[in-house]
Amino acid sequence: MKEDPGYFDYWPYENRPKIEWPNGAKVAFWVAPNIEYYELNPPANPQRAPWPTPAPSLPGYTVRDWGNRVGHIRQMELLDKYGIRGSISLSTALCDHHPEIIELCKERDWEFFSHGIYNTRYTYGMTEDQERDMIRDSMETIHKHTGQKCAGYLAPALSHSDNTLDLFAEVGTELFGDEGGIYTCDLFHDDQPTPIHLRSKKKFVSVPYSLEMNDTIAYVVNKIEPRRYGQQIKENFDRLYAEGAESGTIMCIPTHNYQVSYPHRMKAFEEALDYITSHDDVWVTTGREIAEFFLDNYYDASIADISSKQRTA
Amino acid sequence: MTLDKAYFDYPHRSYGMDHDRYDWSMLNDRKPVEWPEGKKLALWVNVPLQFFPLNQKGEPFKVPGGMTMPYPDLRHFSLRQYGNRIGIYRFLKAFDQHGVKPTFAMNTRLAETNPYLLNRIVERGDEITCHGYHMDAIHWNGLGKDVENELIKTSLESLRKLTGQEIKGWLSPAKNESDHTPDLLAANGIEYFSDWVNDDMPYQFRTSNGELTAMPLTTETEDHFVINGNKHSEDSWVEQVCDAADFLRKEADTQGGRILALNIHPWLMGQPHRIAKLEKALEYITQIDGAWPAYAGEIRNNWISQQ
Repeated sequence: MKEDPGYFDYWPYENRPKIEWPNGAKVAFWVAPNIEYYELNPPANPQRAPWPTPAPSLPGYTVRDWGNRVGHIRQMELLDKYGIRGSISLSTALCDHHPEIIELCKERDWEFFSHGIYNTRYTYGMTEDQERDMIRDSMETIHKHTGQKCAGYLAPALSHSDNTLDLFAEVGTELFGDEGGIYTCDLFHDDQPTPIHLRSKKKFVSVPYSLEMNDTIAYVVNKIEPRRYGQQIKENFDRLYAEGAESGTIMCIPTHNYQVSYPHRMKAFEEALDYITSHDDVWVTTGREIAEFFLDNYYDASIADISSKQRTA
Repeated sequence: MTLDKAYFDYPHRSYGMDHDRYDWSMLNDRKPVEWPEGKKLALWVNVPLQFFPLNQKGEPFKVPGGMTMPYPDLRHFSLRQYGNRIGIYRFLKAFDQHGVKPTFAMNTRLAETNPYLLNRIVERGDEITCHGYHMDAIHWNGLGKDVENELIKTSLESLRKLTGQEIKGWLSPAKNESDHTPDLLAANGIEYFSDWVNDDMPYQFRTSNGELTAMPLTTETEDHFVINGNKHSEDSWVEQVCDAADFLRKEADTQGGRILALNIHPWLMGQPHRIAKLEKALEYITQIDGAWPAYAGEIRNNWISQQ
């Protein structure tokens, strides 16, 4: 085990090279709906239990099933209304279980990125080969069902190994060259894109995905009220929009169709989306588009700037 | 620690669910339902009437709302009884004032030991469903199928005898089940149950003894979940219930009848500082245009007649 994963160098949030998003936007805004499949009886992982009570553990299983049966369509129609294309963090087994959902998202040109195969299969304890095969399976499944060359990764249930980001980037290159495996959502250290060190030296970027704006963190971990969640989203946006005049920022709302889509929560979420999209200088975009724009325009300058700020004692 | 090969087998990775209890189906793909007289939003107010034993075993877990302190946990025992002595009578007044038709999910043990309360509920003529034997009688695989069958049979026979009602509905304590629970419920004359919170509308659920109807009793807006679990204020709970009602009512305009299911506990919302909040929520939802206050069994029967 390491003291520090070594993915990123310290990079102060002042005097960075200015990022200018397309059309003068101050904030790149993206919504990342997690569309997940949790198994009723997954195999045991020695390091993490899938459910808090003995199988069949209905409370957790059934709300997640609710998300796919009921919640997905509500969230999708709301994003349609505000002109937002989702960037889906996908449990790729869902392509097999619920292809109707995949079709609906394809019709809307939403992005699909890998969130593993099932959200009840943890990376903990996998050998490097096992994890590589799992990642490859997930990316090939997305390609087979959607034609998309998977660009991003969020590890299943946020379970990682020391190899996760390297493996994802390497499999991406192996399958799709420079178009695959270019960004990660697994790191929460910044409000702007940052270059990530990999053993392959591939150009690879962390696109901020925000744990704080995540509806599951807000509702299940922090247990906040729906209206307060809506208010936090607006306030998060206000500050990033203001700072974005100096240098472009990123705002992400990661969602789950079994959290944000409940009837008692939709109003607050809609008000927040309405608020954000009513501003002029917002680039409503996807994870891949942010990653590609950064890699094409700011990656090299960022590397140089970060390098200049690493002082030796 | 490495993972063996079985961790990378995906035996259920195919169309539909990873079990065979029901068909995969998205809400918006289903035929819209029409409630009686053109009503749009069924109001299912569900009231658990519960007995939490002082000598709780806590197998396989301590039931939420149950004893948490070393024996004898008088604080929680008596506070739960408060609901059956005081809170419930505040509820009944509020229901009658606002024209609510409450469905009572009753622990059989409470019916056996509280004849006054039992008779009061029976005389009202509201629907009674079985909420298991008591709150510490949790249904799980550790019981074994035969023991669980006996538990279900005894709970239902006793409650049927005491209430004079057929008892067609079931809610497991803590919504917990074994792999056999639905099969055993169907074998013992149950027609609908409310343990699976995976839909906003009823759907048909397969068992080895014919089909049950799964009724959507959401946990997410339940008083215990919101106020005790999430620590939200009573005012926030009212706001959440009203927002949910508004949302579902609007959805019903384009997608057919919807159900607002509200599960409320007399020991919680029946407190002096909370009852006015419940009254406020009831006043709001019963005045919604197209609201249909109904018993769970009525909603179920109406729904199934349209399938």
